[in-house]
Amino acid sequence: MEFETIIGLEIHAELNTASKMFCGCPTAFGGAPNTSTCPICLGHPGVLPVANREAVADTILLGLALNCKITPRSIFHRKNYFYPDMPKNFQISQYDIPLTADGWLEVEMEGNNRRVGITRVHLEEDTGKSVHIGESGRIHGADFSLEDFNRAGIPLAEIVTEPDLRSPEEARAFMQLLRATLEYLQISDCKMEEGSLRCDANISIAVDGAMGTKVEIKNMNSFRSLFRALSYEDERQRFAIKQGETLVQETRHWDDAAGVTHPLRSKEEAFDYRYFPEPDLVPIEPDPAWVEELRGRLPELPMERLRRFREQYGLSDEIAVMLTSEKALADYFERAVETGQDPVELAKWIAGDLVALLKDAVVPIQSCPLEPRGLGELVALVAQKVISGKMAKEVLKEAFDTGKGPKEIVEAKGLSQIADAGELDAVVDEVIAANPEAAEDMRGGKEQALKFLMGQVMKKTRGQANPEMASDLIKKKLT
Amino acid sequence: MDLTFSGALEIAGLIKNKEITSVEAVEAFLARIDAVEPDVHSYINVSADIARERAAAIDSRLSAGDDAGAFAGVPLAIKDVLSTRGFPTTCGSRMLEGFVPAYDATVVERVNDAGTVMLGKANMDEFAMGSSTENSYFGPTRNPWDLERVPGGSSGGSAAAVAAGEAPWALGSDTGGSIRQPAALCGIVGLKPTYGLVSRYGLVAFASSLDQVGPMTRSVGDCAALLGLIAGHDPCDSTSIDEPAPDYLTGLDGEVKGMKAGIVKELSSDGIEPGVLERFNATVKALEGLGVSCEEVSLPSFEYGLSAYYLIAPAEASSNLARFDGVRYGYRTDLESDDIWEMYDETRAAGFGGEVKRRIMLGTYALSAGYYDAYYAQAQKIRTLIVRDYGRAWDSFDVLVSPTSPSTAFKLGEKMDDPLTMYLSDICTIPVNLAGIPALSLPCGLAEGLPVGFQVMGPPLSEAKIMNVAYALEGVLGFEPRPPLD
Ligand SMILES: [Zn+2]
Repeated sequence: MEFETIIGLEIHAELNTASKMFCGCPTAFGGAPNTSTCPICLGHPGVLPVANREAVADTILLGLALNCKITPRSIFHRKNYFYPDMPKNFQISQYDIPLTADGWLEVEMEGNNRRVGITRVHLEEDTGKSVHIGESGRIHGADFSLEDFNRAGIPLAEIVTEPDLRSPEEARAFMQLLRATLEYLQISDCKMEEGSLRCDANISIAVDGAMGTKVEIKNMNSFRSLFRALSYEDERQRFAIKQGETLVQETRHWDDAAGVTHPLRSKEEAFDYRYFPEPDLVPIEPDPAWVEELRGRLPELPMERLRRFREQYGLSDEIAVMLTSEKALADYFERAVETGQDPVELAKWIAGDLVALLKDAVVPIQSCPLEPRGLGELVALVAQKVISGKMAKEVLKEAFDTGKGPKEIVEAKGLSQIADAGELDAVVDEVIAANPEAAEDMRGGKEQALKFLMGQVMKKTRGQANPEMASDLIKKKLT
Repeated sequence: MDLTFSGALEIAGLIKNKEITSVEAVEAFLARIDAVEPDVHSYINVSADIARERAAAIDSRLSAGDDAGAFAGVPLAIKDVLSTRGFPTTCGSRMLEGFVPAYDATVVERVNDAGTVMLGKANMDEFAMGSSTENSYFGPTRNPWDLERVPGGSSGGSAAAVAAGEAPWALGSDTGGSIRQPAALCGIVGLKPTYGLVSRYGLVAFASSLDQVGPMTRSVGDCAALLGLIAGHDPCDSTSIDEPAPDYLTGLDGEVKGMKAGIVKELSSDGIEPGVLERFNATVKALEGLGVSCEEVSLPSFEYGLSAYYLIAPAEASSNLARFDGVRYGYRTDLESDDIWEMYDETRAAGFGGEVKRRIMLGTYALSAGYYDAYYAQAQKIRTLIVRDYGRAWDSFDVLVSPTSPSTAFKLGEKMDDPLTMYLSDICTIPVNLAGIPALSLPCGLAEGLPVGFQVMGPPLSEAKIMNVAYALEGVLGFEPRPPLD
């Protein structure tokens, strides 16, 4: 038997428009419950929706970035089901005529390209948020439930892929690239943990080319849990098939703490949504000139930029992927490159120490205390051998913490390396004179002795000796 | 002079010329309401104190020489399906008993801006579903012409209030005839505007693709004036037509000579009461007398209008009324339950009346997987055919005419156990809503002491034309809308 994993994703991205999809309420995250609401997004009797033009523009932009066709005349549908976080007990969504459809996004996996089909990108409204109080933690058996409608009506772009992904790794890589794409377009905050980017997956195992039973996985709230959930499910299904078990077409819930998926109760899933065209809204017919104007607004997208970074700057795959995963990070890099320093060195510093500092301090790259110019300065100091690589790490940390320029720090602390040959020469002579035994060993070719003597030189200079020069001097004098 | 049987334009003139004050006008109507309301029950809630205060405020603005609007101080009744900020809006339902909206409907805003004074919220069939106003949770309205009979529906409260002198004019809503049929049965003028001419923002939805707000008045002139106040684009309603509304009042000149009217065969023969048919034919004669050529025309798709309507309207209603669930506002069951679905079931079972539940079930069924194509999609095709039939008719005719209702006012309780017969009350009015065109019902005399309505239909946005035809007829028919109530 030959097994093949087949994965398709369904992604919801909250759009960061100023106001909600069908009313004028602000979309800001984290306000006190039910403060960003009005009669419209609370579903009061008699209210009507008016579509948000900015949300339509964002969705078209996303469709264009995903190589989709823009539908000349698309319509909204009502998706009917009862749930207390749905003010109207129907969600305004799109059904058979989405705003954009039929595109693709190419992901690179270890040099191999995988073109993932995009079935559709459509526009809909978000629901409110429920908190169920009681032992069950779910609506069934809750003592009571609290509803916050701040999120109700926030525009959501729904992206559906074809079942073109072949492994959990690919699914994760695709999600990362899609996240980067949304981020580059600046249309979503893309925070999986806060729920502004959500992902469900369909996974099945084809056996000898024959389609398998499709299982839907929900509740994956990070790239890590997406990968873990799919890996678990991939294995569960393969094992079941090998055991001769029959898989059931169902929806399963990922339990991140337990690291397993388990089936959702069917009652929560058995909906007939009774879709029908939303009579309160008119069809969306985007003016072709407007679409072209939007196309003109498309920035360089992550994959294009990744390829350019590799070619233009000679960056490694890993570092190029990392730098281009976030637009602001890639922008930072390119501004640092403008200082004329070696791009490869700059990229290493950003991808390594700087990103780690940012992560620890929970500071976005946009508010990095060290300007790209400052990073150029740091790399220049190392290149000119004014400071060692090790010292540079400390200077970077201090520059990050204090906002001072690297040059300023080096000067203020007298940190410059002793790279003056004459000064260093005297120190080396003193060390040799004081340690005749080690000097003898060194002459005899003992590697250990060089290390010892280097240590003594460093000690005498309080670590400011240029290590290369010092080691060259010792070797010259003792061989 | 009897103020309560004066038209709105007349009252507006009296106030403007300082012959009466707004307070006097409002007091006259409140007194009339006190006198006849126990018999007629046109209102669910009378806003007496608010009306007195507002009238006094308008009077002081007028005496200060301020412009308080074109209809400053003129009283008005508003169907209880329109959202009024700070004043209960029940839609005739237990579900919204005591519900006080947070905002005004656009049309309410507009009549307020014109200076009118709301007397109260008029009774109606629950959520505008019905043809007799017997489906109101707050009890039926009676026809001022015969208290044993229904006023029609669903805007029966608005129609009865105007007919009984409890308001000079009123706002109603029409989804399948809910303005025109009660106007006909109560002997007043009622107009269903072109879909999209009047904003639906704040009109509690029954069937979104069919609903329109419109005027219910004692005369065609008042009808033109009230339509002028409420018509025109509203950015809060995406289906609102983005064009300025004309001045309807100045267009009323009675010049109809040379126009062509089509008598819709399917709406003016089978199933029409002889008394109604007699008045209808006499009115057609009067129309010919005005120089309008009248000729029969067949619109075959109309045969399926009622069936299509009773799929589309309930389907939309089943979704529109889903929001009444006991979670955020309105009625919630007292039954303690730890299951949300049980709470929904109990709330909706007790909060909605029988007819509303019947239509929600019909609509839910029509939209269900496996039935959608056979019912909802098929009904939409019929709708397209009806639009096409009308479209062809406009090639040959300026207007189309028919009786408004197949019968005069029927007895209370007569049709309550037979929904299909009740639904047939709207057979002449429904195709108009399906096609989205305007139509007006003009009182054209009495049949055995009960009013008969004459329906004038026109192409989209032809309100000025159909009102002008009605205006010309009104002049020659000489009908006096005053029931023998006292
Ligand atoms: Zn809102």
